[in-house]
Formats: sequence, structure tokens, C-alpha cells
Amino acid sequence: MSQVRVLVGTRKGAFILTSDGKRQNWNVSGPHFAGWEMYHLKGSPANPSRIFASQCSGWFGQIIQRSDDGGKTWTQPGTPPGEQTAPGGAPKGESNKFVYDTSATGKSLTTHMWYDGTQHPWEFKRVWHLEPSPNDPDTVYAGVEDAALFRSTDGGKNWQELSGLRGHGTGPRWQPGAGGMCLHTIILDPKDPGRIYIAISAAGAFRTDDGGKNWRPINKGLHSQYIPDPNAEVGHCVHHVAMNPSRPGVLFMQKHWDVMRSDNAGDLWKEVSGNLPTDFGFVIDVHAHEPETIYVVPIKSDGEHFPLDGKLRVYRSKTGGNEWEALTKGLPQSNCYVNVLRDAMAVDSLDKCGVYFGTTGGQVYASADAGDNWNPIVSHLPAVLSVEVQTLA
Amino acid sequence: MIRVVLPGHLRALAHVNAEVQLDITGPVTQRSVLDALEAQYPMLRGTIRDHVTQERRPFLRFFACEEDYSLEPPDTPLPDAIASGKEPLLIIGAIAGG
Repeated sequence: MSQVRVLVGTRKGAFILTSDGKRQNWNVSGPHFAGWEMYHLKGSPANPSRIFASQCSGWFGQIIQRSDDGGKTWTQPGTPPGEQTAPGGAPKGESNKFVYDTSATGKSLTTHMWYDGTQHPWEFKRVWHLEPSPNDPDTVYAGVEDAALFRSTDGGKNWQELSGLRGHGTGPRWQPGAGGMCLHTIILDPKDPGRIYIAISAAGAFRTDDGGKNWRPINKGLHSQYIPDPNAEVGHCVHHVAMNPSRPGVLFMQKHWDVMRSDNAGDLWKEVSGNLPTDFGFVIDVHAHEPETIYVVPIKSDGEHFPLDGKLRVYRSKTGGNEWEALTKGLPQSNCYVNVLRDAMAVDSLDKCGVYFGTTGGQVYASADAGDNWNPIVSHLPAVLSVEVQTLA
Repeated sequence: MIRVVLPGHLRALAHVNAEVQLDITGPVTQRSVLDALEAQYPMLRGTIRDHVTQERRPFLRFFACEEDYSLEPPDTPLPDAIASGKEPLLIIGAIAGG
């Protein structure tokens, strides 16, 4: 019978929630890495027992953890417990080493724009998102702050920057959003191994068609009134982008304000906010089997990061946008002032499609019927930073 | 033998329950102690000082015999009591909370 494993990253540790295919009774494991900020955990589609996790701390920096047994035990790749040095005495423990590429000139590729408009050097802070390859369990991508894309091809032991992204020319115009200048979205095209989409706050969305060597902005059609040129090539605060794997050329975006879609791999975006009560928000996701069914959680505004009217409502569109319905059954409809952060929604691939999201109030809600009804799996975790789902055979 | 007391989170990361003990040949300095610490516990590389610049992470400080050595040059000798193992070198994180 099918199983579902929900990977939850929080401000104070990671939690793993498991259930059978009915998704009614849940086992909760954790906290793993108690006390650490767990920005993201994600399983390898090529080997579901392998899970990568981003563990970080303002004190101690970035750690990459990996489990090869579905989250029961963890190790820093390259540093098995008890094995301290490589043959010859060279130290291991390189899995947390993210160094920006300076190979071309010996210097940083470029600078980016600081909040005050001055240029600022790139400074590594943390990994926001880990995206394992759909085909190779040893290949995984990392989106980091300050914004850059790294890749490991040895299971997370060593990381190399795909520097064509920062170096393609628009980097000096990228600027941090309030959450930092983070590369938070990585989408690997399942049908075209050369194509990768990424998104950065506040720079926008970018695409490579050659495996990461060359990149270009894909922000045409975005309109952001809060930046000096509302239609600029870069500078848009893209919060999240989602894709259904069956239609990799169709993208859905929750921008700072505005819900957008593109039917041509990001070449042109059009707004599909339609009848949403507010089109500010962070998360967006797509139904596993219905590629025109999408989900968002509207948030009141950029100044008030909580649901409108104290009502936690998921909005679903079955028409690929514009026409939205509120999903409220099982969700608090009064005095609710939590937020749902950008990587904190995911779907499973069971029939019916399960939808999951986590809140800054520590609740993880699940719907086993595509959003019609919701129940909290857990209610009192630390603030949830990310939610991912593995559907296991 | 040098004794080092790590913050709780780093003890968990290094899979140790108490203070760690290191053998060092040559001068006992911040640099030599951290080099030895990272060689014995490679999972700590990057958590106390930056991978590339080797600079102390900003929210950590080094105390020896109740004196703050955080701002001393990394090759400054540590006190004899540290070198002899009588006293531990304390690696302390900034206090979090209210």
C-alpha cells in the first residue's frame, strides 16, 4: 500500500510525518537537529530513501545533512560518524562548503545591489532550497543566499557554483528582499535535462537551456509597482514558482503581489489573480494530476503577513487561474494570523491528490481530497519554513 | 593534551557528549587548537571559522582562563594553563533569547 512521507523544516528542527495512503493517521518523528533552523528537506526521486536537508544557524553557519534510510539516521555527506579524515590525513567535512566561483578572475564575479542602492559583495549565508535530480541520486542542486545556484554530483559532499547565473550580466541589479537575497526556487525540467528554472527575491525568474552554463531573465510580463521601473528586466520579487511535471513549459508564479502564469517556459507572463481577495502571498502549487488546478494562500499584504480577515483560506483554481474558489473546511475561520512561507506547500501524487501546507504558527495542514477538506496533522511545531512530500510505493 | 569546551549544538554535530581533548605539537594558539579540532572533528569545519577566510564566526568567542581571546591574533600563544590541559579553552556562542 502506498505511503506518504511529509518532510517539514522549521525554525527549531525538522519533523517527518508519515502515513499510509489513507492519510488519516500520522506518525510524527522529530525534532531532528533540534534547535537548528531547517530551511528545507527534500527526497531524491531517484532514491526515495535518500533525503537531503539544509541545517543552518546564525552562530554556526550552514550544514548539509543527508539520510539514506528515509530520515531515520543522518550524516553530513563525506563525514560518516567515526571516520574523521580521508586516507592521507586530509580533513573531510566539506559538505558545508559553499564558495562562490572566482576561478575566472580570482575575484568575485560581480557585486549586487544593496538595500540603499549601493553595490555590495556577495556573502554566503545559507541554503534555502535543495532540489535533487529526478534521475541521479547523487546529483542535487542548492539555492543559496546571497543568491546563487550550486550543484553537487557526489551526494552532497562537494558543491560547485553554476556561476553562469551570477555572471550573465544582470547581477549588479539584483537586490535583497526583506528575507534576504535568496535563490528559493529550483525547477528541473523532467523532459529536458538542460532546462532549469530558478527564482530569486528580489531579482526575478531565470532560465537556462544548457544545463546551467548560460542564463537569461524570464520576467517579461511581470509588473511590480514597488520598484523604480515596474516592467524592469530584473528586480521583481518573485516569491515562488510551480510546475506540473507533465507540462514543463507551463509555469505558475506567486509574485510579491500578483499570481501569474506562463505558457511558454517563462518567455511571457500574464496575470491570473482574477477574483482572489488579495493577490499577495508566498506559496503556489499545482495539482499532481490536473495541471490546470492550482493552489495559493492569499496573504493580506506585504505589510501584514497574515490571512485576510483572520481567515485561513486556501484558494483553488481549476481553470489555471482567474477563477478561484475558497477552500475553508477544516481551516480556522476566525482569529488566525499566521503566515504560510514560500516553500511550505506541497502535493502528493496519490489519487486523490493530497495537498499540504505549514504555517508560521506551527500547524501542518493536510487535505486528502485535493483541498476540499483539511485537517491539521500537527498543531504546535515551531514556525514552519518548508514542507515537501514524498509519495512512496 | 588540550581540552576544548564546545557549545551544545556543536557537541551534537561532532557526536561528543563532553569536552573534547586534542593532542597538539608545537605552540598552542587559537589557530593550532582549531586546526587540531577540525582535523579530529571535520564536521566542525566552517562552523567556528569561515572555510575560506578562516575568520572567527561573528557570534562566537574564545575564552581562556576567564580572559577573552576572541580578538587576539590567531597565532598568539594561549595561557600555559590551556597548553598544559589544566584549564579548557571555551568556545562560546552569543547568548540567544531575551
